[in-house]
Amino acid sequence: MSTLEPFTIEQFYKFIAQGKLMAGKCQKCGKIHLPPRPLCNNCYSQTFTWTPVPSKGKLLTYTVIHVAPQQFQHLAPYAVGIVQLENGAKLPGMITGTTQLRIGMDLTVDFTACDNAQPWPQWPRYCFKPT
Amino acid sequence: MNGKPLVSIVSAGLSKFGKREGLYARELFAEAVKEAFDRCPRLEPKRDVKAMFVGHMGESYEHQGHMGAAAADWTGLLNIPATRTEAACASSGAALRSGIYAVLSGLADVVLVGGVEKMTHRSTAEVTEYLAMASDYPFEQWHGITFPGLYALMATAHMHKYGTTETQMAQVAVKNHHHGTLNPKAHLQKEITLEKALTSRPVASPLKMFDCSLITDGASCVILTKPELAGKFTDQPVHIVGTGQASDTIGLYERETLTSLQAAKLAARTAYDMAAVKPENVDVAEVHDCFTIAELIAYEDLGLCKAGEGGKLAESGETRLGERLPVNTSGGLKAKGHPVGATGTAQAYEIYLQLTGQAEQRQVKNAQTGLTHNVGGSGATATVHIYRSNQQ
Repeated sequence: MSTLEPFTIEQFYKFIAQGKLMAGKCQKCGKIHLPPRPLCNNCYSQTFTWTPVPSKGKLLTYTVIHVAPQQFQHLAPYAVGIVQLENGAKLPGMITGTTQLRIGMDLTVDFTACDNAQPWPQWPRYCFKPT
Repeated sequence: MNGKPLVSIVSAGLSKFGKREGLYARELFAEAVKEAFDRCPRLEPKRDVKAMFVGHMGESYEHQGHMGAAAADWTGLLNIPATRTEAACASSGAALRSGIYAVLSGLADVVLVGGVEKMTHRSTAEVTEYLAMASDYPFEQWHGITFPGLYALMATAHMHKYGTTETQMAQVAVKNHHHGTLNPKAHLQKEITLEKALTSRPVASPLKMFDCSLITDGASCVILTKPELAGKFTDQPVHIVGTGQASDTIGLYERETLTSLQAAKLAARTAYDMAAVKPENVDVAEVHDCFTIAELIAYEDLGLCKAGEGGKLAESGETRLGERLPVNTSGGLKAKGHPVGATGTAQAYEIYLQLTGQAEQRQVKNAQTGLTHNVGGSGATATVHIYRSNQQ
């Protein structure tokens, strides 16, 4: 346990920086946590293993944002959506590389940061691209 | 549960909603509280009010936290226990709930609950950022998802699953703007046409400007006491007979469904059961129409129609004043305005007026049972309250 990376949101983004999409798997009840959590919300275990998550999935819903906060105004209008990955986990993010959005379309996590304009907390911003 | 009064509202107050230049939140709150005191001459505030809960969402607007103490100080209630409640846009729904806890615990016989937000001195970009703080930071805000964006994600899913249309959403805006024309305290008091709503500029597709509630300054409050003490203060109390509050995942993306709010459904079920009231018994309701899609989903979550039929209910016109079940007679968040911390108890204020026959030109005839539905974030908090007039 002590040799494992902590099961935190920060560590999730450290893996993103390495081009990996990783979830925590509870060793007691087996629940997969994406994002990872240090305390299982199902059985209260604190023991996990890292498990890779498939980076392909389908678009559940989407919107194109026109009115944005200051730090995203240079990108507007931009598309965001919620993607259900092949293991069933869901993840939100920006969608780039297409304007032809439809529910059910195939998307893949892209680890090239869409935008690094914001200095804090210096996480890489993954996004989704058409498969 | 048998629908007995839990607590009684003996008075209520509301500031004028709108662009209130040159005023601080605490000053707006004092305006609402003064109305509540004036409406209730038998109440001696300094003697009777034993505690205060004040809904306030954001420190960022005025660089001011600690609104509970500031509000007590500015309303002549210095030294009583005064606590800020924060649950995003349900901050004063949570204040109302906290007041009920306080009265029922026996620790305070008379409690003032309210809420306030001062927003209009900030730019739209700033307000967009501050409101987004109610959503998940590392997976929603970090990826540029705004508050209208979250409700837009629900709208896209609802349209896809049930065939809900942009026109049906726009009908909510037209209705609530009509109701706003009948409320002298509403931020906007002008009719809009369906065409105007449908051709307004995009905010987060499919939501357009007229699908969104207003950035507004305002404050609201109600005064609660034990039912057996209500007669000491007023001959016309309104009784709260059901209260429900529930939570859900902070991130929208983790929910099992994107087309209803589980927290609202749970809060509604608790409140209906406690009140021994069924959805068809409700005479007038104030629901959390932060976006037009939210009113459609509220109809469904509250059991006012079946899942997926919110759009059809809006289209039918039955939720308009004068029809079967008037919803948002105040103008709602859409036209009365949405000073986020003030909204929950502003809804309670409207129901108080309706159930005491004081709603003037927007009075629902013979209204006996009312309901409020206040949502925080994209549905991570919901409060539902059910009210009964003293006549029933």
